[in-house]
Amino acid sequence: MNSFSKFSEIREGYRSKKFSPVEVTQFYLDQIKKSKHNAYLDICEDRVLDQAKKVEKIIFSDKDAFEKYPLLGMPMGIKDLLNIDGVKTTCASKMLENYVAPYTATCVERLEKAGALSLGKLNLDEFAMGSSNENSAFGPVEHPTHPERVPGGSSGGSATAVGADLCLTSLGTDTGGSIRLPASFCGVVGYKPTYGRVSRFGVVAFASSLDQVGPFAKTVEDAALVAEVMSGKDIYDSTSSSESVGAWSSEISKPMDWKSLKVGVPKEYFVEGVEDSVRKSVEESLRWFESKGATLVDISLPHTEYAVSTYYVVAVSEASSNLARFDGVRFGTRPDGANESATLDEFYEKVRSQFGAEVKRRIILGTYALSSGYYDAYYSKACKVRRLIRNDFDEAFKKVDVIAGPVAPTVAFKRGAMLENPLQMYLMDIFTIPASLSGLPALSVPCGTQEDGLSIGLHLIGSPFADEKVLKVAHHFQKERYHG
Amino acid sequence: MGNLDSSWEMVIGLEVHAQLSTASKAFSTAKARLSDGESVAEERVNFNTNMICAGHPGTLPSLNKKAVELAIRAGLSTGCDIRLKSVFARKNYFYPDLPKGYQISQFDMPLCENGAINIELSDGKTKRIEIERIHMEEDAGKNVHMSGFSLVNLNRAGVPLIEIVSRPDMRSAEEAGAYLRELHSIVTAIDVCDGNMQEGNFRCDANVSVRKKGDSQLGTRTEIKNVNSFRFVEKAIEYEAARQVALIESGGKVVQETRLYDSAKNVTQPMRSKEEAHDYRYFPDPDLLPLVIEQSQIDAIQASLPELPREKKIRYQNEFGLSSYDAMVLTQSQDLSQIFESTLAILTVKKGAKTLSNFLSGEISRLMNEKDQKLSESKINSTHLARLVEVVSENVISSTGAKKVLSVIWETGQSVDEVIESEGLKQVSDMSALEPLVEEVLANNPNQVQQFRDGKEKLLGFFVGQVMKVSQGKANPERLKELLISKLKK
Repeated sequence: MNSFSKFSEIREGYRSKKFSPVEVTQFYLDQIKKSKHNAYLDICEDRVLDQAKKVEKIIFSDKDAFEKYPLLGMPMGIKDLLNIDGVKTTCASKMLENYVAPYTATCVERLEKAGALSLGKLNLDEFAMGSSNENSAFGPVEHPTHPERVPGGSSGGSATAVGADLCLTSLGTDTGGSIRLPASFCGVVGYKPTYGRVSRFGVVAFASSLDQVGPFAKTVEDAALVAEVMSGKDIYDSTSSSESVGAWSSEISKPMDWKSLKVGVPKEYFVEGVEDSVRKSVEESLRWFESKGATLVDISLPHTEYAVSTYYVVAVSEASSNLARFDGVRFGTRPDGANESATLDEFYEKVRSQFGAEVKRRIILGTYALSSGYYDAYYSKACKVRRLIRNDFDEAFKKVDVIAGPVAPTVAFKRGAMLENPLQMYLMDIFTIPASLSGLPALSVPCGTQEDGLSIGLHLIGSPFADEKVLKVAHHFQKERYHG
Repeated sequence: MGNLDSSWEMVIGLEVHAQLSTASKAFSTAKARLSDGESVAEERVNFNTNMICAGHPGTLPSLNKKAVELAIRAGLSTGCDIRLKSVFARKNYFYPDLPKGYQISQFDMPLCENGAINIELSDGKTKRIEIERIHMEEDAGKNVHMSGFSLVNLNRAGVPLIEIVSRPDMRSAEEAGAYLRELHSIVTAIDVCDGNMQEGNFRCDANVSVRKKGDSQLGTRTEIKNVNSFRFVEKAIEYEAARQVALIESGGKVVQETRLYDSAKNVTQPMRSKEEAHDYRYFPDPDLLPLVIEQSQIDAIQASLPELPREKKIRYQNEFGLSSYDAMVLTQSQDLSQIFESTLAILTVKKGAKTLSNFLSGEISRLMNEKDQKLSESKINSTHLARLVEVVSENVISSTGAKKVLSVIWETGQSVDEVIESEGLKQVSDMSALEPLVEEVLANNPNQVQQFRDGKEKLLGFFVGQVMKVSQGKANPERLKELLISKLKK
C-alpha cells in the first residue's frame, strides 16, 4: 500500500473494495512503528483496530454508510493534550505521565462518531508551550523530511505525523500559532478555526481564552471536512459558539469569484527579520492571486508590534491558573520523598518542580502578572491592548475579505538553535499571535520550498466566523496553483 | 471579659456564606446535597462528585441557572441592585480541598450590590444595616485529617454559595447577632438556603475593630473565621473587641490578622497574619462568559417572592394582636409561620390565634430545642393544633395538660383526644367532685384561712395551688376559684 494524500482516495478504495479499513489502519500502524520521528507518545493499537473492524461492518451492512458517516475510516492522530476515555493524556509532561482520562473530548467524540479512527496520541511541547517541540518531556519530534530540523510547535507531533504519513489527518491545538507554525515548517495544511467553533471540553487547558482545536491535513479539503464535523455548540463548553456550521468541505469546491476577492497585505507582516526565501514565496503567492483577478489591498495592523508581549501576559496568566491543579494532591505525579514532606508547601514544591523549564518560566511569569500591585500594569493592560489589536482587524476587514502574509519569519530551524534564547523563540509566533488574540480563523497552506526542500507556508486570516471563506480561498489556491 | 468601657465602640462587619439549596452543583450536574435522610455524619464520601467537581484536566464549568435565580432572590429580598452583567472570576490559591487550584467566585463585578436590611434590637428600636454586595461562588471540598495523613472529601466541592458582605455598620455583638438572625430568617423564608448552621450551610466570618467613640477613623480590624452558631458569633465578637481594647489600653497595637474562635475556651486565637495572607490573583474566568441577566427575569423573580419575615411579623402583630416577641419567634422560622397560618385556616375558635402562638413560641419551641429537631420532623400537624386550641379554650384541659399533649404527639402523632384520654388530662370542672378537695385543703390550712378572712386576699393563689396539687393539676382553675371564694367568704 502506498501513502495517501487525501481522504477521497481512501474512501474510493473502501468503496471499490480495493482495501479495507483494517488494512489501512494496519498500514499506518506499521508506518508509525517504523518511523523514528518520535511523533507518537502512545499508539492505541487495540482500540483503533476495534474501531476499524466496526467501520468494516458498517461499510458491509449499510449501503448509505459513506453518506451517513462523513469520516468513515479516516485514520487520524490526536495531539496528546486531548482526552480519549481510557487512554493516557500526558500533555508531554512528567506531571501527567500516568494520567488516564476518564472521558473523551467533545471534538474527538464527534469525529469518532463520524467514523474517524484514532491511531494514537501525538507528541507536543509540554502543555503546548513552545514553538519547536523541543519542550516535550518525552523527547523532541523530528521534522518529517529534515531530521536535524524542528517540526515547529507546539503541535509538532501532529504536523510531522501528517507530513511523514503516520496518519492522514491529525488534531492539534493553536493558542498563539501552535497549529499554523508547525504546518508551515512541515509543509502541510494547518487550520485554526474561529475561537468558539470547536468545543474545548476535554482539551487540557493552556490559555483558555486563546486555545482552539484544529486539523492538520495534506489538503485544505480534508482540513475543512474534519473541522466541519467537530465544530458547533457544545453544552459542556460555555465559550463554544452557536453560530451555524456550513457544509464547508463541499461549499469550498464551488468556483471562486476571483474578481471580487480583496486580499489584504499588512505592511507589518513584511518587515525586517523575515527571511528572503519566505518573503519571496509569499510575495509570489500574492502575485498569483493578482493574476487570477483578485485585488491586493495594502493595509496596516498598527498594533502588531505589541502582540507578542500582550500574548505573553494574557497566555501565561491564564496558564498559571490552569496548571494549578497539577499539585500532586489529585493530579500530578508525586516524586519520591513527596509524601514525607514536613509541610504542605514543601510537598507542593517537590511535586511542581517536575514541570519542565519552559512551563515553570510561564507559570512564574503568569503568577507575577496577576499579583496584586502588578495586575493593572500587566494583565489588565494586556487585555486593553488585546482589544486594540482586535480593532485593527475589524477595521481591516471593512476593506478586505482575507488577509495574507507569512506564517513565520523563517523556515524550520535546526534543533537546539534557539533553546538558549526563549525570547527569540517567542518571536517565531509574531505573525500568528495577532489572529489568536483576536479569535480569528486562520490557516497555513504550503506556498513553496527553499532550495534545500524546506517548506514555506502562506498565512490566510479571516474575520470572525468567516471560516468558510478562508478555507475556500486556501482550497482554490492549493488546487489551482499546484494541481492546475 | 465583660462589656466594653463606654468610651469605646465596636465596629463590626459580617461576611456570610450561604449554600444555595439547588439540586445540582454550581458548575456541574453532580448532586449538591446529601441523599434524603442522610446526615453529614453518615454521608458517602466522594459520592456526590463527578469529573468536573474533581477538576479533571480538560473539564469546563457550565453555570447552574437555578443557582443564579436563587442568588437573585437573595439579592432582591435584601434590597440589592441586580447587575445586568456580572463576571465570574478565579480566586487562586493552593489547598488540598480545592481541586482546580482556584475557586470560581465573583470579584469586581458581583451579581448583587447596595442592599440593606432592618434589624430589631432588644430595646425595640430598629436599625438599618447596609449590604455591600452579594456574590456567587462555589464551595470547596473538605480535608479530613487522620493520623499521619489527610483525606479529601469532594462532596461539598462545587456546591453553589452566595457570600453576603455587610458594611461595617454594626456597633455591638447584639446588633451582629440580630443581623445574622434576620439574614438567616430571610434566606430560609425565600427558599434560598436550608440555613443549617451546624452542617455549615450558613456560615459567618466577622470583621471586628474598636475605636474611641466619636472617632471617624476605623481601627485595625481582625477577621474571625467560621463561627457556627448565632450565640458563638456574639460571644466571639465580645471576646475579640475586649481583647483589642485591653491590648490598646496597655499600649499595644491591633495587628491585622485572621483569628479562629475556640468555643470551648471562649477565646479567639491567631490563624494567619496579614503577611501570610494569600494573594488570590483574581482575574475574570476565561471559561465562563459574563453573566447577563434580563430585566424581565428580575421582574419575574421579584413577583414570585413570598412575604418576608419582617413584613409578616408586622402583619401578625396588627392582625392577631401578637406580642412583638411572639410574632418574631413565629416569623423567624418558616416551619412555625407555616403551621401557624395553616392551623388558623381551620380553626373554629374565635381569638384562638393568641393561644396558638403561645403553644408555638412556648412549648413547641422548647421541644424543638430540646430535641434538636425541626417542627416538620415531628408528628405534630395543624389538625392537632387546631383541636388543642379548642380543648384549651373550652377548659377541657389546662395549659399544663396541653404541654403534656404536645410532648406526646410530637413523638406519636396520636389524636389530641386520644392523648387526653390515655393520659387522664381532662380537667375536673364538676363542683361536686371539687368540693371534697377544697374542704380538705381548707381544713389542713386553718392559719391561711384566717389570714384570708382578715383581708389578705392574695392568698387565693396559694389555695388554688394546693388544690391543684392534690388534684394532680386536673382542677379547672376558673371553677376552682369560684368555689374557693364561695367557701372562704362564708
